[in-house]
Amino acid sequence: MSEDGKREITYLEAVREAMVQEMRRSPEVFLMGEDIGVYGGAFGVSKGMLEEFGPERIRETPISEAAIAGAATGSALMGMRPIMEIMFMDFITLSMDQLVNQAAKMRFMFGGKVSLPLVCRAPAGSGTGAAAQHCQSLEAWFVHAPGIKVVAPSTAYDAKGLLISSIRDNNPVLFMEHKLLYRTKGTVPEEAYAIPLGQAEVKREGKDLTIIAYAVMSIRALEAAEKLAAEGIEVEVVDPRTLKPLDEATITRSVCKTGRVLIVHEAPLTGGFGGELAALIAGGEAFDYLDAPIRRLAGRNIPIPYNRTLERATVPQVEDIVAAARSLAMEGR
Amino acid sequence: MGEITLEVSSFCGEQIVDGEILVRQLPPQKLAWMLERMCETRYFEEKAEELYTRGLVHGTMHLSIGMEASPIGSIAALQPDDLIIHHHRGHGHTIAKGADITIMMAEFLGKEPGYCRGRGGSMHIADVDHGNLGATGVVASGIPTAVGIGLALQMRRSPQVLLSFFGDGATNEGAFHEAMNMASLWKLPMVFICDNNHYGMSMDVHRSMNIEYISARAGSYGIPGISVDGNDVLTVYQVVGAAIRRARAGEGTSLIENVTYRWRGHSKSDRNLYRTQDEIAEWMQRCPIKRFKRLLIETKVMGEDETDAIDRQAKETIDRAAEAAILMPEPSPENMEDEVYAL
Repeated sequence: MSEDGKREITYLEAVREAMVQEMRRSPEVFLMGEDIGVYGGAFGVSKGMLEEFGPERIRETPISEAAIAGAATGSALMGMRPIMEIMFMDFITLSMDQLVNQAAKMRFMFGGKVSLPLVCRAPAGSGTGAAAQHCQSLEAWFVHAPGIKVVAPSTAYDAKGLLISSIRDNNPVLFMEHKLLYRTKGTVPEEAYAIPLGQAEVKREGKDLTIIAYAVMSIRALEAAEKLAAEGIEVEVVDPRTLKPLDEATITRSVCKTGRVLIVHEAPLTGGFGGELAALIAGGEAFDYLDAPIRRLAGRNIPIPYNRTLERATVPQVEDIVAAARSLAMEGR
Repeated sequence: MGEITLEVSSFCGEQIVDGEILVRQLPPQKLAWMLERMCETRYFEEKAEELYTRGLVHGTMHLSIGMEASPIGSIAALQPDDLIIHHHRGHGHTIAKGADITIMMAEFLGKEPGYCRGRGGSMHIADVDHGNLGATGVVASGIPTAVGIGLALQMRRSPQVLLSFFGDGATNEGAFHEAMNMASLWKLPMVFICDNNHYGMSMDVHRSMNIEYISARAGSYGIPGISVDGNDVLTVYQVVGAAIRRARAGEGTSLIENVTYRWRGHSKSDRNLYRTQDEIAEWMQRCPIKRFKRLLIETKVMGEDETDAIDRQAKETIDRAAEAAILMPEPSPENMEDEVYAL
């Protein structure tokens, strides 16, 4: 419990609570993945769920990411609401055909006759020393594939509400969970609640510049904003929360207000989601309000290295965001 | 499991009898149904070629001429509310599962009233109302999806079963292995059916795997497997029926290889450089439709006038369907974005 009596739980517990509550609510919802039973999942997200729901609905699978995604796709096609857990987002390469060619395409390709209500939960991101094949943030691939929604919460509250919406959504949803956020705590209501997909949140208001950031970068942007406030720079932090569908209006409104925008993400800069955000701003109503070029701060165009110093230097840290934002706030003045 | 032979005497605990015996045991309307669906499939595809030659078809097509006994014999063993998922060479499966041929032809021509409103074409026809959950164009991609369909049936304690069809080439994909392993492990109510037509595009099946028969792969999943003469519709019907009954009884999945042959090229670009005309001619002697007609006539189960009448009826169905489909409206390109996501 926090001081004001509101319940605080971790991001990880919020993810679990969303699954548990939806599984109690609907017999169509079930969880499928590797080591999710007695082991509790590689990160412990599903701990205790086997005891409540049994092995049929907490369905452990062989190490078969293509078949897991196929089992999710086919059961969703039949009206079940599978949640598939990919142990590390990097392994999703093995599921791509089912998710991208099958699940994402079937509705359109079959003339609108079917729907595929499935959620693919994927722990993503670096910072754990797990190197190049266990640390990627692959959201851009899925944003680029029509037919699949992409969600990337940054807080425990958002994780629960967005996962509930994702499970209730009638489409394939890629739900990215940032590993560094699993242990972070926040106030989360006990009852089930849904945060609509496609609704950004202004996490902090400010007048001098806008930072658009999601997942762990949203948290780092807020820390950076705190530091910059001490210098007299008032940063507005907009967290899109869902990358597709994207809340363009909230982003546009913020950039129109501040006239400066820094886009931050962990995935490599080139071909990253930041390019899409930049193009949206440059091509829209906010363009006329810009007082400085749109800036992007993103992961370096390299695989994630193992060594702590190298790993840290690969993706934006709080001090990098502070520096980039400070420089942008001064640009052209 | 173990020894594989095309001389089949039993499968999944059931006796498999000669066509000459079975043809006298089955109801005449069942036999007529099979013959008519086979003839419709043949005429549908010949019509497809004709329409293509006339420049009326925008996309590609994959013809199964010569392979009709495999999908039709298999699907004849299903109950009407059972399910199928199949592949790019799936006109026979779609017809056998009860599709309206005019709507199917409309999809082939890319028309708005087509099964997929012109969004899918010949390669992606799905007829959900008749339990046809669609054809997939990426080799083997329907097989993992089939596992999920089977899983949903099992979790809901449904009496339905699923037939998952794929080609010989698909069995060399990793997805095949993962799916077979999972389906056998969970004893899902489904049957895997390989329409082995000898070629994955130009790749000879024996240049692509180190085994004689694909059904040998069943052994590594601990499930029954069998290879049969896929041009013999009554043998296909019997082995698939036995596998369906096993699956419906909760005893799990099995793998059936229907050995057949594709007379036409892989798709419209194929110049048949990878096989000889003699080979094609030899297989054309084993036409599954002629063979079935001959059996019906020789056993006096039907007269030649009756088989001719069924054949004629099938041709008329296709001709009428094509005439009607050609006149159907084209889809509009507006608001296609609204169709990608369900509400």
